Amino acid sequence: MSDTIRLTLKIWRQHDPASPGALREYAVGPLSTEMSFLEMLDVLNEDLALKGEEPVVFDHDCREGICGMCGAVVNGRAHGPQPGTTLCQLHLRHFRDGDTVVIEPFRAGAFPLLRDLAVDRSAFDVVIAAGGYVSVNTGGAPEANTIPVPQAAAEKALDAAECIGCGACVAACPNAAAMLFVGAKVSHLALLPQGAPERDRRALDMVRRMDQLGFGNCSNERECEAACPKGVSIGNIARLNREFLRASLRSEEE
Amino acid sequence: MPLDAQIPSGPLAEKWDRHRFNLKLVNPANKRKYSVIVVGAGLAGASAAASLAELGYQVKVFCLQDSPRRGHSIAAQGGINAAKNYRNDGDSIFRLFYDTIKGGDFRAREANVYRLAQISNEIIDQCVAQGVPFAREYGGGLANRSFGGAQVSRTFYARGQTGQQLLLGAYGALMRQVGQGRVTMLSRREMLDLVVDEGRAQGIIVRNMINGELETHAAHAVVLATGGYGNAYFLSTNAMASNVTAAFRAYKRGAWFANPCFVQIHPTCIPVHGTYQSKLTLMSESLRNDGRVWVPRQAGDQRPPSRIPEAERDYFLENKYPSFGNLVPRDVASRNAKEQCDQGKGVGSTGLAVYLDFAEAIQREGQAAILKKYGNLFQMYEKITAVDPVKEPMMIYPAVHYTMGGLWVDYNLMSTVPGLFVLGEANFSDHGANRLGASALMQGLADGYFILPATIGGYLAQTPAQALNPDRPAFVEARQASENRLARLLAARGKRTIDDFHRELGLLLWDSCGMARNEAGLRRALARVPEIREEFWRNVLVPGTSAELNQSLERAGRVADFIEFAELMITDALARTESCGCHFREESQTSENEARRDDANFSHVTAWEYQTAAAPVEHREPLAFENVTPSQRSYK
Repeated sequence: MSDTIRLTLKIWRQHDPASPGALREYAVGPLSTEMSFLEMLDVLNEDLALKGEEPVVFDHDCREGICGMCGAVVNGRAHGPQPGTTLCQLHLRHFRDGDTVVIEPFRAGAFPLLRDLAVDRSAFDVVIAAGGYVSVNTGGAPEANTIPVPQAAAEKALDAAECIGCGACVAACPNAAAMLFVGAKVSHLALLPQGAPERDRRALDMVRRMDQLGFGNCSNERECEAACPKGVSIGNIARLNREFLRASLRSEEE
Repeated sequence: MPLDAQIPSGPLAEKWDRHRFNLKLVNPANKRKYSVIVVGAGLAGASAAASLAELGYQVKVFCLQDSPRRGHSIAAQGGINAAKNYRNDGDSIFRLFYDTIKGGDFRAREANVYRLAQISNEIIDQCVAQGVPFAREYGGGLANRSFGGAQVSRTFYARGQTGQQLLLGAYGALMRQVGQGRVTMLSRREMLDLVVDEGRAQGIIVRNMINGELETHAAHAVVLATGGYGNAYFLSTNAMASNVTAAFRAYKRGAWFANPCFVQIHPTCIPVHGTYQSKLTLMSESLRNDGRVWVPRQAGDQRPPSRIPEAERDYFLENKYPSFGNLVPRDVASRNAKEQCDQGKGVGSTGLAVYLDFAEAIQREGQAAILKKYGNLFQMYEKITAVDPVKEPMMIYPAVHYTMGGLWVDYNLMSTVPGLFVLGEANFSDHGANRLGASALMQGLADGYFILPATIGGYLAQTPAQALNPDRPAFVEARQASENRLARLLAARGKRTIDDFHRELGLLLWDSCGMARNEAGLRRALARVPEIREEFWRNVLVPGTSAELNQSLERAGRVADFIEFAELMITDALARTESCGCHFREESQTSENEARRDDANFSHVTAWEYQTAAAPVEHREPLAFENVTPSQRSYK
């Protein structure tokens, strides 16, 4: 029914942040090309456990490309070689028999490593807590259709809101910038009438927090857009810059 | 103890209002003296936590992912129902109530379901105000689509990722409270036990998944929003970490478990393709709006779909159910797909699949229009199968998806343990024996945004706001029990992997307690599960230690609970000898092979009480229907 392949995996192994890490080599296969990349790691981990070795730690959950929990750098590319694809949606049919596949964690100063391929991306939550929302308490909402939103604006907002917070943009960026992530959230809310009252404060606060957390700045490499599994456009970074500039000029705050 | 659901008196439409009026209130200045633990940060947990913090309570939220933005609600694709009647097509709160209670095959409480329908409209208002980018008409108003089990168009959606957008709305509300210091967010924590002290839920034991430390947390109330138990079957559409542990631990501490055998098997999932498979992927039910389900008329027809002429195709749902066609409820669609495959008409390499065909819709509306509605779903399908649904029909097969059963709760969403509230999929309350599409998001948000914030006050107003002492014996005992359990899991150092046991359990459940169940099969399974359990504890292989990030240990604990829980599911399925909704007992069917309900004997909720050294005790909550007349569901 399906073809099989054998691969040589070189996986980053590191027990904890304080211990040294290194790439270790594992031969796997034959594996069905229908298998997903993470299922390959499952198979490897079953094998390692039976051999008395420690399985490879990696984050994952929904395995359908929406929760944003998975992610690793595969052969130098965040989420691997397929465009618009999270690691969990990558299938082995995109590799060739005999390939060597290097698997490393998402690396960025703001994403400290936990173990093997798992990193701590909680800095993203901190950025959102700085303003990535509309301040409306439960119960205080007007009838939904009293807020008309032009279809094109809603679609554009959703394009930005599709961000799954996986961190691939940060891992792919030579500056480890979170501009695409922040730009996506700022754009989502700036494009909608609901986001208007806090528009200025949101842009200022989120950018300020992003800087404090050690994310870098944008130098137009466009690596983030190429790595984004949801195709979030760098147009959102341009909009973030405009929003930030606009807010800086208008804001009453110093 | 008789089961008192605390359903308010009075006419159906006034119950919720009256109840809110009668509930005791906590003075605004006193709210900050009360602390609440919320476990789980999906739609129900995040919306509850944000709303409770807005009210002024001290809230601690726990989730096992690295961020509260990842709860499995995020994967819900299709939409959320509300009785707005924006389409002017005859919808109303009563119709949404009626469709939902009928869809659940008359095994849910009238009062709860009516309240859900009432609140549905407020949810849409709330989410729109938060900036959830719902689909819009050209005029700027909200768009709707149809969903299974309804003949009106009342489903609000954001492409094929409604759950994601709603969850990000609730997550934003939650993070706003975190930023303001009103919520303490503790992610990468897994609840291992519930602490019941002085007869009330007063805390939880969690494991810090990064360093393995056990932590004790105390609060005046505990809210579980920990999702469903579909992963008992190993393969399901649930996320990999979805589990029953928190709910099952609460069950062992005195919370009764209701209708555990009610498991929804979703008709439109990508079929299984190999033994290494780790999960199944759902294709949204919304696809049945435009996709037509068919199999070849001739059993064993091996031709590719494009070579099978129209006359030799059986559009079995349209033929059998002319008035609902492809939009019959999920249980009916799933059972019919299985029936076709059992007759040898299944397609694909395994014969366990049916076609879902968009050719006609594409011809009618054009490829661009169809891609606008379902583009991301088509893309997802193509990524997994390498087949483009524009060129070739999708192949689909039913898979375990959602669990209607859950911890028993009263009208206040409180379990049989005072102070323990249960929300969303983790409770049993609103979907009866079958959940209609686009109503899980509605229920999770109704529970979290609107119901719990009102009802928890009624409980806390009568609970002393004293400082809690996590050094009391009940906390120490629960913590010690968790520690012992982890040590036992690690001590076995056996020869079989955790997944190996899980797979075996899953297959057993799928075969005996899946889309069709019968007494002999259930009895065999009930005899087999204890053998699996016994071998698990003796022969499971869990590498590593407990004092480190150890994903094997996490999984082992969950699988151990699934094994025990499976016995409860099977016991419940055996006790309910009628067919209803998802629960199809082969002994109880009509001459047309439809489910035959037995209202005389089974118009009740079954709630199971844990016994330390004996079989669980069965309790029944009778269901009274005063506003609708239970009828044999007909979608013909």
